[in-house]
Amino acid sequence: MIALLLRDLRLAIRAGGGFGLGLAFFLIVTVLVPFGVGPEGGTLAKIAPGILWVGALLACLLSLDRIFALDFEDGSLDLLATAPIPLEAVVTMKAAAHWLTTGLPLVVAAPVFGVLLNLQGEGFFWLTVSLALGTPALSVIGTFGAALTVGLKRGGLLLSLLVLPLYVPTLIFGAETVRRGTEGMETGAPLMLLAGITAASVALLPFASAAAIRVNLR
Amino acid sequence: MSIWEYANPKKFMQTSAWALPWVTGLAVVALVGGLIWGFFFTPDDYKQGSTVKIIYIHVPSAMMAINAWVMMLVASLIWIIRRHHVSALAAKAAAPIGMTMTLIALFTGAIWGQPMWGTWWAWDPRLTSFLILFLFYLGYIALWEAIDDPDTAADLTSVLCLVGSVFALLSRYAVNFWNQGLHQEASLSMDAEENVADVFWYPLLVCIAGFVLLFVTLVLIRTRTEIRSRRLKALEARERMA
Repeated sequence: MIALLLRDLRLAIRAGGGFGLGLAFFLIVTVLVPFGVGPEGGTLAKIAPGILWVGALLACLLSLDRIFALDFEDGSLDLLATAPIPLEAVVTMKAAAHWLTTGLPLVVAAPVFGVLLNLQGEGFFWLTVSLALGTPALSVIGTFGAALTVGLKRGGLLLSLLVLPLYVPTLIFGAETVRRGTEGMETGAPLMLLAGITAASVALLPFASAAAIRVNLR
Repeated sequence: MSIWEYANPKKFMQTSAWALPWVTGLAVVALVGGLIWGFFFTPDDYKQGSTVKIIYIHVPSAMMAINAWVMMLVASLIWIIRRHHVSALAAKAAAPIGMTMTLIALFTGAIWGQPMWGTWWAWDPRLTSFLILFLFYLGYIALWEAIDDPDTAADLTSVLCLVGSVFALLSRYAVNFWNQGLHQEASLSMDAEENVADVFWYPLLVCIAGFVLLFVTLVLIRTRTEIRSRRLKALEARERMA
């Protein structure tokens, strides 16, 4: 399992594109928003939590179809499916690799981008915490979507359509945590619910993803 | 005699052919009767005027939008567990109907909301969760359309339906948490203290029955069409082989 994780990480880093692409996309979204809504600090500070969360979510979405597509094309997914480790573990490792290459850089970079959007005071802390807790859920849910669409020729757009509604609860609780944190309100409830979604997704969704992959490899 | 006999497509076709005219007839009677009763023979509300009458379409379609998804969930479970093809086809047949019901509920709600709330749309929890439900229907139908092999499509959409149900429920409560609403609370529950008045209640019941029957009719027709198109494909394949 560790070997698989390291292999995926190496592939993601050395093949180029995958690693920095999500981050660059996130930056562009953050830069485009002030052009759209105007440079006024108050407005930006007000919408910053939501924009940062939506941007991180879209950046995550961008790299989802790479999770299984290449392995499916060159046949390594068949080998992984017949390997002595359960397919559920393979799927979990794939999601972990996706999180390490996409989610984690987003978590680290988000506070910097927060400066661009005039995020206020406590917001930086809560943004980092909520993204750190929430992005694993995004990766795991996205892996499920990628597993559903792996056999399709043009699965990219369909993948977005399937995954985005599933992202709704995570987005709501994540952005709500930052918003409350920025306004100095109690953040315990949304943060715990966010952590709950992540924990449940990580625990249960790999089974659904593995089932979908088995169907697609049949 | 068990319910699983209807998993046999032949048996299903026979029984549904016999039942279809009856269900259709009852649906027409209940819908026409309920709507005419509701539209012409109930008084105007003292606050809302005649706009209250949109309730006869809005409430039943909203109920069916949710019930259609529940039916798809049950059918998907049956497909996954017992692998009866009729069940998978029924789930496929129900999805566009449920989506249409969701749209009807959203549109009639908007038409009612404009004069009453002064806005076509508000990010109210109920409205928002219906919009999300609509997106779930879209994704489910798109996945059916995208996959060529019927069994693979049935399997994958079933898994999506199961996972989607959990997330749809989760979204419903997340949205509640996110924003306070304009929409009135449930007014048809059996245990609520303040319910809709009896004059509106009886025609509404008839309309709900009409929508349920309409849904059953449409699902039966669409499932029969799916079975027939499946048979046609088998025949064509056999001809090509010969």
